[in-house]
Amino acid sequence: MSAALPGQAAGAGIALDFATYQALVQLYAEYACAVDSGDWDLWPGFFVDDCRYRLVPRENHERGLPLATLSFESKGMLKDRVYGIRETLFHDPYYQRHVVGAPVVRAASPGRIESEAHYAVFRTKLDGPSTVFNVGRYLDVVVSTPDGLRFQSRTVVFDSEMIPNSIIYPI
Amino acid sequence: MDSAAAPPKLAWQGAGTSRIPFAAYTSEALHRRELERFFYNNHWCYVGLEAEIPNLGDFKRTAIGERSVILVRAQDGEIHVVENVCAHRGMSFCRERHGNRKDFTCPYHQWNYSLKGDLQGVPFRRGVKQDGKVQGGMPADFKPADNGLTKLKVAARGGVVFASFDHEVESLEAFLGSTILRYFDRTFDGRELRLLGYNRQRIPGNWKLMQENIKDPYHPGLLHTWFVTFGLWRADNKSQLLMDERFRHAAMISTRGQMGKADQVTAVSSFKEDMKLEDPRFLDIVPEPWWGGPTAVMTTVFPSVIFQQQVNSVSTRHIQPDGHGAFDFVWTHFGFADDTPEMTERRLRQANLFGPAGFVSADDGEVIELSQHGFEQKPFHRTLAELGGTDVADTDHMVTETLIRGMYRYWREVMEA
Repeated sequence: MSAALPGQAAGAGIALDFATYQALVQLYAEYACAVDSGDWDLWPGFFVDDCRYRLVPRENHERGLPLATLSFESKGMLKDRVYGIRETLFHDPYYQRHVVGAPVVRAASPGRIESEAHYAVFRTKLDGPSTVFNVGRYLDVVVSTPDGLRFQSRTVVFDSEMIPNSIIYPI
Repeated sequence: MDSAAAPPKLAWQGAGTSRIPFAAYTSEALHRRELERFFYNNHWCYVGLEAEIPNLGDFKRTAIGERSVILVRAQDGEIHVVENVCAHRGMSFCRERHGNRKDFTCPYHQWNYSLKGDLQGVPFRRGVKQDGKVQGGMPADFKPADNGLTKLKVAARGGVVFASFDHEVESLEAFLGSTILRYFDRTFDGRELRLLGYNRQRIPGNWKLMQENIKDPYHPGLLHTWFVTFGLWRADNKSQLLMDERFRHAAMISTRGQMGKADQVTAVSSFKEDMKLEDPRFLDIVPEPWWGGPTAVMTTVFPSVIFQQQVNSVSTRHIQPDGHGAFDFVWTHFGFADDTPEMTERRLRQANLFGPAGFVSADDGEVIELSQHGFEQKPFHRTLAELGGTDVADTDHMVTETLIRGMYRYWREVMEA
């Protein structure tokens, strides 16, 4: 996976044809809408069956430490998480709102794109103000499937290492 | 040594500790006294694993109570812990969380210290020559030897490092006591540890609630669906609750039992008979020889740390208070140097159950936050910890809150002295 290099030369991104880039932007935008909607069942649908989803503190990522805050290795695990959110994980309910930057393409080959984007998630508890909850970047491998673009892997590297108590919903 | 305002007198009912006043969690003055008496005197506090500083010059910045300290391996290989406060102007000079150094230099005036904390360089100590005259400089009787960093007493055992500001503290072994030492040594038996990584969370609740959470075998089979449904921790599991002689530390020891239905134990809303994992690899559990039977041992070492073994997932959980109403909770997951790649993968996968987003542990932080809400709104009230009676004693079952009562017996002994 291409780790994004801060300070990489401007324009070093890979050019895609417009239709493919537009589909990629749409995937990122729809993902953000889905995970903010409260309809958690939508989330696994953005991934292929044999997928990876990792939520990783930046310090572990940069030091090469393998521990993730969440590490899922199949769409089944994502579905188990959805069940957990809905049925088994007690938590103080909250809204979340993702703001995702435009994806940068780092590599592309037929049917496969490596891309990344910055994000910020705001959390709003029912009786409180909206606060910055988690910020970081997505490092993705996106593949083309008969149903459109899907994530083969999504590594979510977050700067907000001191988690404000807990993370329940998908980032 | 106690600073500032006198703490309020708590309305305990008699000599017992089964009804804990909410004010024990809401007073800043009490909290200051707890820091002095539990974190800064007479106790060993956790600072890290030797595996975090494997090389000469490696350091890790961490905390004891609310004081920033540095765990470092000096050039002679020995482990030292020094306070992160410059002897000159008090600056908390070390900002990196980890790294490698030959020495420490405070950036403000470049006072320089060895990794052991000895002052070895003071710019312009002997003044500056101008026009044939020496101007300024430190007084002639200034002694670098008296102006090092604060050095802590250090004890390492089985790859785990503890430190104390109190050089008169008893030995680590005496502090833990023989019962807890036995369970400590069960995990940390001298095998080399391998660092897997960190999780950090800030929990807006009093730090003692985290100790109590892991001294409370009542909740896991109720709050944690995964534990009761998959038989990992539930009231009918074979279990033992053991304490040291002063009741400050404890081990909750449990052996995984059945997964199916069983009268009262599963007649709770959290038991989900039909729950099946889409991907059962979350619970790909392989027993290890060192377990010696129990599948889970949760050890609380008062006041600063919890040692977790839950099936193949092992971690330390470090409590770093910040005022009476919040603490940072730092999880350090590890394995052993002789783990197979498959075992490492298994430990990492089972880590999905724990930490700030874990299938099991995320809700512990949530309930602690909401308990603190309740305490703050009603500080004249008290909790009830009377499951299994009002006494304090080891048990061979987990239908009791005896460990919480034990911790507060010790707490009262120290705080009311």
